[in-house]
Amino acid sequence: MTYPDSHGHFGKYGGMFVPETIMPALEELIRVYRGARADAAFRKELAYYLREYVGRPTPLYHAERLSAMCGGAKIYLKREDLCHTGAHKINNTIGQTLITRRMGKKRVIAETGAGQHGVATAAAAALFGLECVIYMGAEDMRRQELNVFRMELMGAKVVRVESGSRTLKDAINEAMRDWVTNVSSTHYVLGSVLGPHPFPMIVRDFQKIIGQEARRQILLAEKKLPDLLVACVGGGSNSIGLFHPFLNDRSVKMAGVEAAGLGIRTGRHAARFAGGTPGTLQGTYSYVLQDDDGQIRETHSVSAGLDYAAIGPEHALLRDTGRVAYASIDDREAVSAFRTLCETEGILPALESAHAVAYAMKAARHMKRNQVIVINLSGRGDKDVQSVREYMEKNKGL
Amino acid sequence: MNRIDQKFIELKKAKKAGFIPYVTAGDPDPKTSERIILALANAGADVIEVGIPFSDPLADGPIIQAAMQRALEAGMTVGKTLSLIAHVRAQTQTPIVLFSYLNPILKYGMKRFANDAAAAGADGVLALDMPPEESAEYVRIMKKHGLSTVFLVAPTSTDARVRRIARLSSGFIYCVSRTGVTGLTKGKFDEVERTVARIREHSAAPVAVGFGVSHRDDVRQIGRLADAVVVGSAIVRTAAEHRDDPVPHIQRFVKGLIHEKK
Repeated sequence: MTYPDSHGHFGKYGGMFVPETIMPALEELIRVYRGARADAAFRKELAYYLREYVGRPTPLYHAERLSAMCGGAKIYLKREDLCHTGAHKINNTIGQTLITRRMGKKRVIAETGAGQHGVATAAAAALFGLECVIYMGAEDMRRQELNVFRMELMGAKVVRVESGSRTLKDAINEAMRDWVTNVSSTHYVLGSVLGPHPFPMIVRDFQKIIGQEARRQILLAEKKLPDLLVACVGGGSNSIGLFHPFLNDRSVKMAGVEAAGLGIRTGRHAARFAGGTPGTLQGTYSYVLQDDDGQIRETHSVSAGLDYAAIGPEHALLRDTGRVAYASIDDREAVSAFRTLCETEGILPALESAHAVAYAMKAARHMKRNQVIVINLSGRGDKDVQSVREYMEKNKGL
Repeated sequence: MNRIDQKFIELKKAKKAGFIPYVTAGDPDPKTSERIILALANAGADVIEVGIPFSDPLADGPIIQAAMQRALEAGMTVGKTLSLIAHVRAQTQTPIVLFSYLNPILKYGMKRFANDAAAAGADGVLALDMPPEESAEYVRIMKKHGLSTVFLVAPTSTDARVRRIARLSSGFIYCVSRTGVTGLTKGKFDEVERTVARIREHSAAPVAVGFGVSHRDDVRQIGRLADAVVVGSAIVRTAAEHRDDPVPHIQRFVKGLIHEKK
């Protein structure tokens, strides 16, 4: 069985829970996207921009010193941090802007948490000459000041969102409000495998290239499939991108890593599987951090990109079937792994990706030397240098 | 017969367009909210829409967002909203439609919600982010408890969608005047005329028009096109501006909206 079904269901998860005004735009998007996938010229154009503009394929790098330090499995890094604009997000924004052009729309909007999706959307909009508006929570703008300026340099207008917890969830609410209002002229470039159908499917399809390349590369390097794949899960686009092409390889284990923030027991985290229950948020039915009355809870993570109350619906299915194991890493472990990767490999990972690194380091120790881990290094950490410094100053013991 | 259906029959006989005000339950607090709802009933509301507060109201503009925030801060919940409805129902027979985002209903339990809402004296439900595609079970459960299921039709809805929505709707069909969120931005009412006509092709149900309706002239203009007019943000704002004593202000505002100038 392939997911999703024609109404966007991944088992009992997913769907299209949005106001009627948007439904016709989603129907149009489904239709145009299907047409594009079937069109060889579209696929060729997408491949061209991914190669010549994004810089794909990205390397699969054997992190020898990190592996040696952990003293177990061989660790490889899928270097999505080397993509143009510094993260995997651009795989999706190039795809969706090409779709936007196909629909004849001239304006794109997007939400952003860490700023990576905002920057990637701004770049793609500049590349294709589209008007671009990015919604960003005020708290995230403070945490990611440099990315705000980056977006503005590429001609995007960044709108500060002051409602709610002033982070990613609130930015999505504002982007949805814009879309409801300007739906006939505007495409909403949703940045993760979230929201109403067809977004969880489209974003996954555009991110699958990560796993397709990694599969080819590891077979070339190791002559066998990896034993474990590890990726961080905010909405879940980089992880689904890596995991999806391996789902039928039963020997390959997979771990999705959520943000445990200050610790699950403190209630200040973003671990939807550890602390959430099924519900609808922003168009999709999945695991959500909510209270007993169905109100959405505030989340916390040192990394803005994981600081979100819901998880992509396909992950909810993969969790229920047991195909992917989900774990969580707290702020402290993530910052520590960030520093370890800097020191052992000279690579600054995004704080989001550092959650995956932290998990993989723990797992590697219990694995054999001939076993192989692939970590999706989904983004680079230049944007996080200031946050890490603040964190280290506040937590001197680390 | 359901109080909503009865009301629209009466309105039709009287050749009058109905007036449907919206307020958020528990704004600014449960007690005051109850007084506001009763004031609306006394001022001539034909149906009252009562909003269940939600933390992430993505179809609402700033005025109703703020109302929901105030209600949540005052401790409003789904359960307390239903108690509020029961209190109101003991004092008036005006039909009441619960206006909600889906998640609080799901968390409360859909069957339990339908049962308790009907027992409290609600007459219908509108789940804003519940499209017809997902709503078979929802419609079945609500109907079983005698609750009307009101759905939205937008100017963007295709004819195929209008047809599907008409099949699932009962009580009335809510026609959204323009693309956008709730709020005071004026609707383009020429578009409304077209949308209402398209709904009438597929349904004999009464049509109520809302979003962006805030002045007496809007109410009169829409009243000529549709069976009822919904006014939300303008009423919520009036209540918010006179928090200490909202009742007389609400009454005055509503009278100004629906009664001819002397």
